Amino acid sequence: MNMQSSPQDTRIDFDTKAMQRHRKVRHFKDHFTRWYVAVGGLGVIAAILLIFLYLLSEVLPLFSGADLEERTRYQPAWAANSGAPLMLAMEEQAEVGVRLAESGQLAFFQTADGALISEQQLPIPDGAQITSFNVESPTSRQFVVGLSNGQVIIGRHDYRVTYPEDRRLITPSLVFPYGSEPLTLDEQGRALDSVTMRVNGDNMALIGSVGRNLVYTRISSRENLMTGEVSVDQQQIPLAPVSGDIQKVLVDPLLQWMYVFNGNQYVNVYALRQDGALLERYPVVEGADRKVTAANLLLGGISLIIGDNEGNLNQWFMVRGEGTSKLTLVRSFDAQKGTAITDIQGEERRKVFLAADEKGRLGFYNTTAHQNLMVESVDDRSVAAYSIGPRAADLLVEHTDGQISAWKVDNPHPEISWSALWGKVWYESYPEPDYVWQSSSGSTEFEPKLSLAPLTFGTLKAAFYAMILATPLAIAAAVYTAYFMAPAMRRKVKPIIELMEALPTVILGFLAGLWLAPLLETNLPGIVSLLILTPIAFIAFAFAWSKMPEKVRFVVPDGWEALLLVPVLLIIGWFSFEMSIYLEAWFFGGDMRMYLTHDLGIDFDQRNALVVGLAMGFAVIPTIYSIAEDAVFSVPRHLTQGSLALGATPWQTMSRVVILTASPGIFSAVMIGMGRAVGETMIVLMATGNTAIMDMNIFEGMRTLSANIAVEMPESEVGSTHYRVLFLAALVLLSFTFVMNTLAELIRQRLRKKYASL
Amino acid sequence: MKQNTFKAWCKSGSPWIWMNAGAVSIAVVMTLGLLILIAVRGLSHFWPADVIEAQYRIPGQESLIIMGEVNSREEVPAARLAGAGLPVDAENESFMERQLLKVGNRDLYGADFRWVVGEWLENIRTPEDIIVIERREWGNFYGYLTDVRQNGEVVATGADAWPALEQAMDRALAIYDDIQQLEKSDIGRINSGLERVRLQERGYEMRNELTPELEAALEAERTALNNEYAELEQHLMGLYQEFNRDSLTARVSDGREKEINLSKVVRAFQPNSMTTLDKIGHYFAKLWEFVSDEPREANTEGGVFPAIFGTVLMVLIMSVVVTPFGVLAAVYLREYAKQGVVTRTIRIAVNNLAGVPSIVYGVFGLGFFIYFLGGSIDSLFFPEALPTPTFGTGGMLWASLTLALLTVPVVIVSTEEGLTRIPRSLREGSLALGATKSETLWKIILPMSSPAMMTGLILAVARAAGEVAPLMLVGVVKLAPSLAVNGNYPYLHLDQKFMHLGFHIYDVGFQSPNVEAARPLVYATALLLVAVIALLNFSAVAIRNHLREKYKALEN
Repeated sequence: MNMQSSPQDTRIDFDTKAMQRHRKVRHFKDHFTRWYVAVGGLGVIAAILLIFLYLLSEVLPLFSGADLEERTRYQPAWAANSGAPLMLAMEEQAEVGVRLAESGQLAFFQTADGALISEQQLPIPDGAQITSFNVESPTSRQFVVGLSNGQVIIGRHDYRVTYPEDRRLITPSLVFPYGSEPLTLDEQGRALDSVTMRVNGDNMALIGSVGRNLVYTRISSRENLMTGEVSVDQQQIPLAPVSGDIQKVLVDPLLQWMYVFNGNQYVNVYALRQDGALLERYPVVEGADRKVTAANLLLGGISLIIGDNEGNLNQWFMVRGEGTSKLTLVRSFDAQKGTAITDIQGEERRKVFLAADEKGRLGFYNTTAHQNLMVESVDDRSVAAYSIGPRAADLLVEHTDGQISAWKVDNPHPEISWSALWGKVWYESYPEPDYVWQSSSGSTEFEPKLSLAPLTFGTLKAAFYAMILATPLAIAAAVYTAYFMAPAMRRKVKPIIELMEALPTVILGFLAGLWLAPLLETNLPGIVSLLILTPIAFIAFAFAWSKMPEKVRFVVPDGWEALLLVPVLLIIGWFSFEMSIYLEAWFFGGDMRMYLTHDLGIDFDQRNALVVGLAMGFAVIPTIYSIAEDAVFSVPRHLTQGSLALGATPWQTMSRVVILTASPGIFSAVMIGMGRAVGETMIVLMATGNTAIMDMNIFEGMRTLSANIAVEMPESEVGSTHYRVLFLAALVLLSFTFVMNTLAELIRQRLRKKYASL
Repeated sequence: MKQNTFKAWCKSGSPWIWMNAGAVSIAVVMTLGLLILIAVRGLSHFWPADVIEAQYRIPGQESLIIMGEVNSREEVPAARLAGAGLPVDAENESFMERQLLKVGNRDLYGADFRWVVGEWLENIRTPEDIIVIERREWGNFYGYLTDVRQNGEVVATGADAWPALEQAMDRALAIYDDIQQLEKSDIGRINSGLERVRLQERGYEMRNELTPELEAALEAERTALNNEYAELEQHLMGLYQEFNRDSLTARVSDGREKEINLSKVVRAFQPNSMTTLDKIGHYFAKLWEFVSDEPREANTEGGVFPAIFGTVLMVLIMSVVVTPFGVLAAVYLREYAKQGVVTRTIRIAVNNLAGVPSIVYGVFGLGFFIYFLGGSIDSLFFPEALPTPTFGTGGMLWASLTLALLTVPVVIVSTEEGLTRIPRSLREGSLALGATKSETLWKIILPMSSPAMMTGLILAVARAAGEVAPLMLVGVVKLAPSLAVNGNYPYLHLDQKFMHLGFHIYDVGFQSPNVEAARPLVYATALLLVAVIALLNFSAVAIRNHLREKYKALEN
């Protein structure tokens, strides 16, 4: 169209530059808002969902398994003519390695490139050779060498760390804690086929074997407090010889048991504290062709790991029975089945052991978790020696061709497996497999026992007792409020019960722990009679009310019954508590708690499941109540009116029409209540004793997942197994409540649709 | 229908209706009973109860004089007392009264409380001149005033002693205020200044920028601060000397004399001679002390002001964070996102997050905010303070953020509900007049839904104020050295740990060495918390109802 504008035209021009600009700005603003809101909104939602992913990312490393990677390999010239290696070891940082050879050469070298740092010869007397060797324990870094003349040399490799110019410098040295002169173990000067030493405080056991005979020397040193002089007491103790040549002798760190491997299939257990009495002879492998090829003690020295020529690895330890202890087979591992085990070594700080086999493979195992972490090939034939660093992050392997290879080990969480978390685990020094949660202790050799089963059990137990109280009360109250109650009263009652929901749980927990628990303890019979009397009193009062003359009955209109029952309840409550001490005196000898423990054998804790049930029930009631009330209240009126019109009584209408229609809603209310009970922290933290026991007894406490997190999380070391297991506990809680709530929500949405169509 | 027999009555279903009614009354009685319990116990704590004195004669033992406040009394079966080792004649007596007396004088008796058998108390009396002394350590003191001293010299005895004590108390308390002022604000300022200088120096050192000039400048600053400190210390010493001048001597019930320096005394009064008006005055003074003062004696005495402050500040910061983000997400979900399966799923997920256990948020806050974010912030911005963590440890900021995350679903759900309630016609009207979507949003929808946002925010605040479990992981402590807002640069210390009312309840009630003495204070704290939360909730309900009315009017 041809438009001509003239000065006198009064129409507004919408297409000026300014207007165009204005429109552009508006357009931009609109778009900007759209994007801003979309990005921001999605960002917030993503941030919320991040919780789940983050928890998962912290938990996953627990199950990621182990990894072995070769770093470097070298052929050290200094080792060329020294003979086969007896020992390979590393210091704390795994920077310096040490190798002891058959010739008596002890060399310190850089693990990174094999460069020699220093070497030394053991003071072996002329004409004698090394015939046997053993380490005391990897942690003490002490070793003992047996000679062909019946003497032994005890040495220790030591490291001093200094920081000249802010750089770490490790200076290794060889020291002789018992003097550089060889000690005589066998008076007759026979060659020692095997040698073992073990130090416990001031006592040391030194054991050698010659053929089938054992030589046992007990050395105790005592320091005079006044002069500082050390007196050494050396005592030879005769031991019964065994049948069959002795291959290996192991002694536990407390100098209690000595395990002697003789023949091919037997272990003789000696009780060192009873002057070396032979306790019993156990066959540890069965079958004619099988024989023990390797054995060692695990960290702590309680467990014995035995490997045989068919690749079976078994864990044994002494289990205390009635009066005597018996060597018992605890677990078997068969990941290297079919290949003979050549050497077994334990890690220094965890219950992990390594087993080398004839095909040059190394298996990593954790005993507690009963799992094989990995079996990796480090050579194609049997290796000459290997050693795992104290921090379990480095591995040194010496091959039969004289090469040494250094490996990086990635095995952060060996102690966790599905079975260790949820199943029964047979811990060392326990009489039988059990579910145990015990994450820390004073001792350094303590093994954390991380079974989630008792915590989950405690969580469900607390939730169960809470739901037993809350579900009937909340649903009944909801039904009455929504259907029978007078609207004027409903307007007052609903906010009161909803206020219950807003009460901080820390207050409920405090009252439960400090007011309710002692109250229940002293008035136990009163509580029991209150539970029994309340319904009876309600019915009796109601019947009496129905018998009242109409004049009285019509004073209170329908829908106000609840108000009438309040004084009844108060009187019954007062009566029960007044009666409590009389009941206690008449029936329970004046002290019901004593009666329970002594006469019925029921353990009683002051902070128990009953207290938690009452307090947490109280916390859950409003949750269930408000959702269930909503569901009942929104049942379409025409359904109930139809039922009433057909002659059904109000109760018949209620029970056959309303509740049935609203049942999915009520069910979802119960589920949401359950979710809340499961995750509740403060109440259980304060109102239970927080002991992780598995017992349904209502008079005993429990430890729940949530309370456990609250107690232990602040002390847990970041990235440790304990830390990640606590994250797992949080993830379990999150998933559980999330699933419950989602189901409840879906049910409610379907219900809403159904009502809409009715 | 006539209901004649019990059977017919049962058949009509009425018992069931009555039972349901009973459930409602149980729930109501439980709630109100709980509130009344907290209120009575919390409020009665501040009332100055009479102190009794009596002869206590345990059969077969010397009788002794006992003095204290009756804390509680209960009837117990004699058998239980006999079981506890008391010489009770369980054959003839079946029940006896047991009283819990607060006898105070922990430094002399070892414990504040003592159980006595009511029947064995003789000649119970309430002498007018018993004094109760609230002390800064060792709890309350009960006894008779013998004299008042200055620098060890007796200045007043007998009837003159009490007026002299009152006078000396006023003086001592005035000096105490001065000392507090000096120690908290002036010396605190110098300490924070010294720390700042140290960190600056360390920062320069780490960046290799520490020139001799800079070093000299920092050293000068440090010397100035140190000089100022020396001066203040001198002043403080003088004040302390004055403060320690007066003392009193008092006799306890068993005749022992005890000298108490007035610097250790918070308050002294004679409850038995107080009129009701005096007692009311005393009551409100104690109440005021409770809400405005700092805690004493490992939190078991004194006030809870730092906890109130910490709770309020944390909730404020949380609100500042949670409101915009919650509203943004709600607006996106309701106004911009395509309504389909995805949106519905997100809505359900958000809904459910409100039901996820709060401790899970605490774990997340600890792992993600503190160790991950806080650790990164520390190594980027505060390397000079390492290895002491600045943000890599629990604190006000992380606690607020954790709670914001915990409560954001509440705000989203509530805002969305508000947005849904706005009639379509309003939106369409706005669009028909040529407004863009964003203009409609800003000018029509958001203002109209603001009450819903308010409701959401108030509910979020009410929930956050009562939440304790996650806070235990992200920065709450039993005793914070100073408030998160103070006069030292940078004035708002978001990295600082703080005290919280809910945690205070847990800590004092369960971790305190003297639970019995601390219990009334815990009730009072609980009452305070309940009052705040109930107030917030009722206002949320009121706003919600008001809102509903408003839109009903619009729809018609």
